[in-house]
Amino acid sequence: MDGYSLTDLWSILVMQGFSGLSLFSVLLLMALGLAIIFGQMGVINMAHGEFMTIGAYTIYLCSKITEQYFPALMPYYFVIAIFAAFAIAFAIGYLVEFSLIRHLYKRPLDTLLATWGLSLIMQQIFRSTFGAREVSATLPDWLMGSWKPTPDIDIPLNGLFVMGISIIVTIAVVLFLYRTSWGLKVRATTQNRVMAGAVGINTKKVDRITFAVGCGIAGIAGASFTTIASTGPTSGSLYIVDTFLVVVFGGASSVVGTVLSAFSIAQAQSILTFFMTEAMGKVVTLMAIIVILMLRPEGLFTSKVRR
Amino acid sequence: MLSKKSRFSATDSCGRSGNGAAVPFRNQIALAVVGAFMFAAAGSAFAETPPTSKVNTTHLAVTDKEVIVGQLHSSTGTMAISETGSIEAERLAIEQINAAGGVLGRKIKIIEEDGASDWPTFAEKAKKLLEENHVAAIFGCWTSASRKAVLPVLERDNGLLYYPTFYEGLEQSKNVVYTGQEATQQVFAGLDWVAKTKHAKTFYLIGSDYIWPRTTMKLARKYIETVLHGKVVGEEYAALGSTAFGSTINKIRLKKPDVIYAAVVGGSNVSWFKQLKAAGITGKTNTLLTLSVTEDEAKGIGGENLLGFYSAMKYFQSLDTPRNKEFVKQFKAKFGADAPIGDVTQAAYEGPWLWKAAVEKAGSFDTDKVVKAEESGKITFDAPEGMVYLEPNHHLRTRLRVGEWRADGQADIVYTSDYIMPNPFPKGY
Amino acid sequence: MMNAFYSKWLGGKRGAIELAVLAAFIFIVMPLWLDIFRLNMVGKYLTYAFAAVGLVMVWGYGGILSLGQGIFFGIGGYCMAMFLKLEASDLASTARQTTPGIPDFMDWNQVTSLPLIWEPFHSLTFTLIAILVLPSVVAYVIGVAMFKRRVGGVYFSIITQAIAAILTILVVGQQGMTGGINGITDLKTLHGWNINTNSAKYILYYLNGALLIGAIVLCKFVLSSKLGRLLLAMRDKEDRVRFSGYDVANFKIFTFSLGAVISAIGGAMFTLQVGFMSPSIIGIVPSIEMVIFAAIGGRMSLVGAVYGTLLVNYGKTAFSESFPSLWLFLMGALFIGVVMVFPNGLAGLYDTYLKGRLEKVMAKLRERGPLRKLSPVKAGVQK
Repeated sequence: MDGYSLTDLWSILVMQGFSGLSLFSVLLLMALGLAIIFGQMGVINMAHGEFMTIGAYTIYLCSKITEQYFPALMPYYFVIAIFAAFAIAFAIGYLVEFSLIRHLYKRPLDTLLATWGLSLIMQQIFRSTFGAREVSATLPDWLMGSWKPTPDIDIPLNGLFVMGISIIVTIAVVLFLYRTSWGLKVRATTQNRVMAGAVGINTKKVDRITFAVGCGIAGIAGASFTTIASTGPTSGSLYIVDTFLVVVFGGASSVVGTVLSAFSIAQAQSILTFFMTEAMGKVVTLMAIIVILMLRPEGLFTSKVRR
Repeated sequence: MLSKKSRFSATDSCGRSGNGAAVPFRNQIALAVVGAFMFAAAGSAFAETPPTSKVNTTHLAVTDKEVIVGQLHSSTGTMAISETGSIEAERLAIEQINAAGGVLGRKIKIIEEDGASDWPTFAEKAKKLLEENHVAAIFGCWTSASRKAVLPVLERDNGLLYYPTFYEGLEQSKNVVYTGQEATQQVFAGLDWVAKTKHAKTFYLIGSDYIWPRTTMKLARKYIETVLHGKVVGEEYAALGSTAFGSTINKIRLKKPDVIYAAVVGGSNVSWFKQLKAAGITGKTNTLLTLSVTEDEAKGIGGENLLGFYSAMKYFQSLDTPRNKEFVKQFKAKFGADAPIGDVTQAAYEGPWLWKAAVEKAGSFDTDKVVKAEESGKITFDAPEGMVYLEPNHHLRTRLRVGEWRADGQADIVYTSDYIMPNPFPKGY
Repeated sequence: MMNAFYSKWLGGKRGAIELAVLAAFIFIVMPLWLDIFRLNMVGKYLTYAFAAVGLVMVWGYGGILSLGQGIFFGIGGYCMAMFLKLEASDLASTARQTTPGIPDFMDWNQVTSLPLIWEPFHSLTFTLIAILVLPSVVAYVIGVAMFKRRVGGVYFSIITQAIAAILTILVVGQQGMTGGINGITDLKTLHGWNINTNSAKYILYYLNGALLIGAIVLCKFVLSSKLGRLLLAMRDKEDRVRFSGYDVANFKIFTFSLGAVISAIGGAMFTLQVGFMSPSIIGIVPSIEMVIFAAIGGRMSLVGAVYGTLLVNYGKTAFSESFPSLWLFLMGALFIGVVMVFPNGLAGLYDTYLKGRLEKVMAKLRERGPLRKLSPVKAGVQK
């Protein structure tokens, strides 16, 4: 690294650290919803990516509506739109659970096939509604650009924003699962459905809410990714691989595992990318994941496997 | 296969029926004035259409009234995002040709097939179009991968493909006409411009990891090092579909290149520009020249994220000529005011017109005769981008333009090159 | 001896009739009914049927859902493609390249000499062995890592899926070695024999059909052996089998590897019939589609898997030819329908609606003319 001043190197180090954290929050946000659905219910939701796309299109719609009718609200619409994204994804998730998933709890592998079919249908609905081209929501100015603590350091605001959202969502999920009576019911149902029913928990309702919450979180994820990535009918399929990798690598059954897994994958990839090329960085990370999964197939951070 | 004599006699017989004489007229003048009215007049100018037995000796789907062509793009799957514009442009061109009397007096009928962004499906559908429907030509394909999958089918069944995308070159099939630019046409003039106007000496190359960016960057590096005497300070490829560019952007900051030279595609492209903007790299602070942003992509990326960056393309929607304005008006009237027209869309529009010109020069729909006409060096078209010339190597001689992006997703053209000969197999690169 | 063959390899009378009908369908009906273009398409679909048949073994009987069948299909396909590509890249036809004699995509990627792992694929014998051995080794390693630690169920599915995803990314990323997203294209001859002519297509179609029937017969043999009964027992009560003193993992590994090899043969035939190989056939999406084929055929029916594959692919082609923008709706509905409404697929439909009637007809025939009395062997899979 000859020819670079110490300040240069320092600012790169800071920004590089931030870009790793930013990737971490992206991966975490993607994986949280799935980790709930998969970890708590054992349901493989192949349409998870499409629920993210719902969130992204919600932002797009909100931005168009605001631009058209309430241009004065442009700087603030994004916050409201994120709640809308959660609400819409939640509602659709609720519906999907009611009409599809609940018939399949005894056959977890079949949910995979059914949700795959669902994802195809959803993609086509997006395409028919919004067109095959990518769309771009107009983002408020405060989300674009960068924060300069020193002249040499630029911290991307959208990265900060995604990070903030993912911290809030993670805390909310943990609180929901471990500090609310709903969470207690969810965990009880997961551990022993029959007993939970016997003590008066409406397990069907619990399932429905759990699934819908997972989908809602996917909606939030999709919504916040409009600040950094593209929105199109098949954008969701871009995320689904990474999402599953994070969940599997983390060991699926705990939120902590998901967090740690997202962190290690993100840091590895980010650091490797800096020293190699992007593609090589990704390849090396993935190879490491394969090897580790071979040695610890139940995932990195769990000791027991639910079957 | 075909002797020169038989080809001439074919043209001859058409000439007698009034069509041979119409060919140069229709190519040079009628096409120059694009009013559908004029076309209708030209169409009725040869009331007698040559008999089918004359123009179709190879069992193509040609009758006295119509000729069937195939359209093979992805209307579903990940590539639908990019290919939609091409589908629309080809339809528009064919509709206009039909309104003007068709090709050799026959109306064009389209059979549309969906390649579904899946290369084996492309091969299968191309085969279906050629072997079951016996189409006279196919307009389609977008990615290099789909073209490579279709190519053996075309060569085996002796079909014709009009391929609209700018691409890596290194290919020249007698069965394909490449209406987009090959790499040398897109790369060299753009680099010259940026080196001259921005006094650029150091370049950072970044592309998606597949054949087109790799080949393009190979050419760019050589050109920068040997012709421009500049320096490549970084060369990097992002996995297809990657959305994380933080580390790459940090590397760029560290190297401080005069020019960022980019060929990132698809969903990655959106992430790339959004993250550049967020990292404070904008048109004000840095010079960025990209090969992979047309008006289509700009819509997905958002104009505000592109402001002040440059694209090297042969066509921009904002091109200020009467011919282009007319075309833009027609396109918007049909597909909505929001529909962007990018470089590839315009190139796709050229396909049917060039085919028509070649067929009418050949006086026949037979593939071998049409290919001969294509290779005659005399096929031209007054396209929205300006006159284009089909060279014997199946590529177009065109200009290159550099556009500077505005916030509304349109580009101001800041540079127009001279005509550039296509050279799909550049020596020494 | 004959009897043993009959009941072991063909699966008794019902099995023999099923096989005969399938063989007649593939070898006689299809070629008479379809022109070479459509027949070649059916041939392509039938290569997917290998993967589906493998899945019936792994999923239907073994109870382990592999979402990575595309891995093995891909290994087979790429091995074959590497051999064919080397043959197509002789010095004469690559003279235009910077480095003549290596595959064209390597030259485009600035590779200047043939990578070491390509070298042995100059030999057809090596290639054929690799097609059989490589997938079983990979499956064995995955199987040992997973099953020995008693990873199963949904978790196994996701891990195989992750491996399929990673493999795709690797293949796409290492394009100097693999051809990247374009895949390995423009394959021409097999030992000088042009695989793109119509007569070659016919021969390959029949070879493909014969191999497929062979694979089914092999699976039937495995199922009729003690192993088959153990597999069923394991699927229903794994612990009980384990406590009876069997090493459950080993049986699972064997079944998984068998399914892998069968899929790989399909992959190799795919390359031969389609003329190229690309990463779009080995990733997550095709792997799931293969599961769908098996599900629609009926996950417990080897023969059903073939019909399921043909039906889905026919549907895909027909929908996309007549309603290009609607076919995703129809496909999605088909997936959901098969899971929700008829989980046993075509074979289930046959059992519920057709079988009874057919047997009545058979019984009547038997009354009239003395058919050889053979008590029908129960294909004992119903629970």
